[in-house]
Amino acid sequence: MVQVVTAPIDPAALAEKLKDPRAGGYASFEGWVRNENEGREVLQLEYETHEPLVIKEGERIIAEAKERWPLIGAEFVHRSGLLELGACAVWVGVAAKHRDEAFLACRYLIDDLKQRLPIWKKEHYVDGDSGWVNCERCAQHGEAGRLQR
Amino acid sequence: MNDAATKTVKVRYFASFREHAGISEELLTTTANTARELFDATRDRHGSAEPAGHCKVAVNDDMATWDAPIRDGDTVLLFPPVAGG
Repeated sequence: MVQVVTAPIDPAALAEKLKDPRAGGYASFEGWVRNENEGREVLQLEYETHEPLVIKEGERIIAEAKERWPLIGAEFVHRSGLLELGACAVWVGVAAKHRDEAFLACRYLIDDLKQRLPIWKKEHYVDGDSGWVNCERCAQHGEAGRLQR
Repeated sequence: MNDAATKTVKVRYFASFREHAGISEELLTTTANTARELFDATRDRHGSAEPAGHCKVAVNDDMATWDAPIRDGDTVLLFPPVAGG
């Protein structure tokens, strides 16, 4: 399941929902709001989403992961709106019989959701300025560790 | 209707595109046949320099390619470079 939320994300509660007696492994990723980007001090982040397509395309990404690996459960949640430093902006959770597929699918989900979903991030800097993050650079960063397709 | 016929489409702008255009959506009368041609028309209209290669497009709330045909009555969503996570 894919969700876009404005309230804080509770990873422990989300992990609990993935629990299944068949699952021997659970892998998760949390993206947190960092205080710096490209050498500039960040005060807050603001996320804009186009929710209908985040859900539709997000479910497609999950379906692709389930075709590749035998997963028991896979979900992610993304925040929308204004976030303070340290807040969890995105959570990805995967439950599987074994750890290999849990790790691999978790990486697949976070990489693809960052590059495919209509979500935008505006940084508000300590100096009062603000700017939209162009993810061309993050895409290149992600590519280095991206799974072999 | 032949390909060159004018059509009316709703264009929605997101994030930096919305701020750049100063509006979140507008009705455009256009002869654009593809999403790319429509995107180029909005760039001319609003003076944006973002190349299509870094951007995404959706037609009627389905992700589309830049070659996707544009028909009368469509809603076209223009997405600047995404940055989720």
